[in-house]
This record gives sequence, C-alpha cells and structure tokens, in this order.
Amino acid sequence: MDVIVLSWWQLALAALLVVALAGCTVVARLGMARSLLFAAARTVIQLSLVGLVLEALFAASALHWVALMAFGMLLIAGREVMARQTRRLVGGWAFGIGTLAMFVSSFSVAVLTLTVVIGPDPWYRPQYAIPLLGMMLGNTMTGVALALDRLTDTAWRQRAVIENRLMLGQRWQEAVGDIRREAMRSGLMPTINAMAAAGVVSLPGMMTGQILAGSPPALAVKYQILVMFTLTLGTGFGTLVAVAAGSRRLFDDRQRLRLERLAAPRH
Amino acid sequence: MCPHSLSLERFAVGELSNVDLNLAPGEILCLSGASGSGKSRLLRALADLEPHAGEAWLGERAQSMIPAHEWRAQVMLVPAESHWWADHVGDHLPTVAPADLEMLGFTPDVLDWQVARLSSGERQRLALLRAVARGPRALLLDEPTANLDGVTIRRVEAWLVERIRARGWPTLWVAHDTGQIARVADRHWCLRDGQLVEEEEMSAWT
Repeated sequence: MDVIVLSWWQLALAALLVVALAGCTVVARLGMARSLLFAAARTVIQLSLVGLVLEALFAASALHWVALMAFGMLLIAGREVMARQTRRLVGGWAFGIGTLAMFVSSFSVAVLTLTVVIGPDPWYRPQYAIPLLGMMLGNTMTGVALALDRLTDTAWRQRAVIENRLMLGQRWQEAVGDIRREAMRSGLMPTINAMAAAGVVSLPGMMTGQILAGSPPALAVKYQILVMFTLTLGTGFGTLVAVAAGSRRLFDDRQRLRLERLAAPRH
Repeated sequence: MCPHSLSLERFAVGELSNVDLNLAPGEILCLSGASGSGKSRLLRALADLEPHAGEAWLGERAQSMIPAHEWRAQVMLVPAESHWWADHVGDHLPTVAPADLEMLGFTPDVLDWQVARLSSGERQRLALLRAVARGPRALLLDEPTANLDGVTIRRVEAWLVERIRARGWPTLWVAHDTGQIARVADRHWCLRDGQLVEEEEMSAWT
C-alpha cells in the first residue's frame, strides 16, 4: 500500500492539458483563457508555498508554531468572510464577528476532536491538527459568510417590516426572528446538503485523497464521517454565533434598528 | 388601569428642538405641517425608534426608565404605511373584539384573509385595529385615514375618537385635512421651520 510517488514531469503533463484547454477557449473566442491560466498558476504557487510551510511545521512540531499557523489561517478566513458580504457591518464589526464566530467554533471543535476523538501524540501534532483545522475553517467560513450576508441584506430590504414589528411592542429578537432563521438556514444548508449527498452523488474530496494515497476504504470512510460531523459542528456553531452577534449589532441598547451601521454595497 | 397623560420635556429630534407638550388622558392633539417638516420623525422618536434628546413621560414613567419594547407597546405608533410579516391577517391579530371589526366594516372571516390580497384601505384599517387590539396606553397616529374614501374616513374617525375617549388614551394625530382636524382635534399644532406652533383659531381652518 505504498503511495505512488508523483513526480514533477507527471504534474507538467496535467498542466499542459490545462494550457491546451485555455488554448481551446481562445480559439473559440470564449475569453476565459486569462483567468483560467491565472488561477492555475495561483494554485501551483500557493500550494507549493503551503507545502514548504507544512514541511517545516511537521519537522519542528512545536505547539507555538502550530498555533501561529492556525491564527494566520483564522485571520485570512476572517478577511474573506468580510469581503464576501454585500452590506457589511462597519467599524470592524464584520471582521470581528466573523473571526470570533470561526474562532469559537472551529478552534474548540478542532481541539476537542484532536484531544478526545483522534488522540494523536502530542495532541497538536501538525499532520492531524493543520489539515483538520484547514477543512473546518474553510467550511465554517462559507457558512458564516453566507449567513451574515443573508442577515444584513434581508434586514436592509425588510427594514420597514422590522420597524413595524418594533412599533407593535415586539422585542428585537422577535422582530428579527424570521430573518435570523433564514440566515441560519442559508449558512447551514450547504453543509446539510453535503452530508445528505455524501457517497451517493459525490465522493468527498478528503476520502478520495486518502484512498488515492493508499488508505483502505473502510478507514477512509471512518475519517470522512468524523470530518463531516466536525465540519457540521464547526459550521453550525460558527453560524449560530455569527447570527446571534450580527443581529444584536443591528440594534442599539434601546432596541432601535440601526441600519446606518451597515456599509453601502460597492459596485 | 387608570389612564395616563403623555408629556414631552425638552424633546428634540432632527430640526425640532425643545418641544414641551402635555397631553391629558383622552385628549387628541392634531399635528400638521408641510411634508418633510419632521412630523413623522417626531412620532418615531416618541416611540423611541430614533435617537433623540429630551424625555417623554407616560404618567409617572419616563421613556428612558423602562425597556424600549414595553414603552412601544404602551405608546403605540401606527405608521402611515403598514407592514405585515405573516401570510394571513389573523396571524397579526391574536385577540380582537368582534365589535371593533364590525365598526370598521369587517366580518370575523377577515382573519382568514391573505394579507397580499388586501387593498390599501383595508390594510390601513386593519393596521389601526392591530395596534388598538394590543391594548396601548397612548396613540401616535400618522395620517390614519390617508388611503380611505369619504364614508370610510368618517367611520374610522368615529371609531377612533370613541375608543380614545373611552379608554383615555392621549393621542397625537398627524392630519392634513382641515375638515378632519376640526372634527377630531381638541388642540391643533403646526410644525413650521423646526418650530411647533399652536394654532389658536381652530375655526379659521374650517
């Protein structure tokens, strides 16, 4: 069950095919060649750099380096959450809430999974910790970004309804309740769909990778189930925190809807 | 449940500043003024939906002393245009007296109607009903009859005035129509250039 070593010339063959695809789009005047090649180049460069970092990290295997890497990943994910929102909360709140939500959920679920479920020695062993956290952050980021975007955008569109409910004496939680439910739903739906379709419609990427790398399918399946659950937990709790904190921020201490706290969309 | 008065003390919002006003229980004060003069904004601030300066009192209780949602449940603002969140009328009106429905020209089956199919006049009457059914202590009405026809206007006015007097709600009523002001108002104030001016001669308007 040795992994078949992949050499650079084999990758070059695949790269050549991508270039051929780009060439086809040029011939057919579809205008995708530039972005296609640019993205392909980014993949090569980014993954190579990450590979170097991981090699160094695995060699060192010190807690503080793992923690530094983890926080670096968290901050980049936080920035990404902020960038994906049309009407974001101003004053650093979009970044703050997104990052906090991901920190609370991804980090605690990842640490719990490492210490209690998988149990490598030491628990922060980077071969387990970094890929697990990476997958968690990637999924949680999508959920949090979708939920916050839906929350702020719907609140903006339905401001009159929210205010009318406030006028009738409802608490802010009640006045924004439907919108919170919708935001929660759009944050969690991709994860729920992925769980429902796993193995039937698609073979999950991590499992495929493990099988390609020589693991027996039964073990790959167990890891995939574990990963699916941790991803759901991370996304779920992250979305929960983001929706709770984000919707609270839409109101002030007198329960007034303060939409001037949302930035105008950039076109 | 004895009726309370509604008072404003050095109340200020937007262009408007230093408004002092006292409304006795059951008293109707009509407010008029050009559009954009800040009438709606004053009502919104009174319902504590907008940041403002000064203080408002309902009886002995100050606005800033009680939670905002309790204040709004007691000092009930009915906006010029109403908004509905559920599909059916009944979802917005948990408790409603059949007598009120009848006086506004509805039968009890209105509760099963779909909100999306209401006309603007029906919406406006039901919005008033929705507010009154929640048992407020004071009313802030923003052009409550703007979308109604002549006969219905009289009917809604009569119903509102009867309820306001019977329950002792101090009421701020934004109105444009001088005829309506003459019919319902105990006092009439006008908003001009950021100043609230009392119109002394009510008869000059009719």
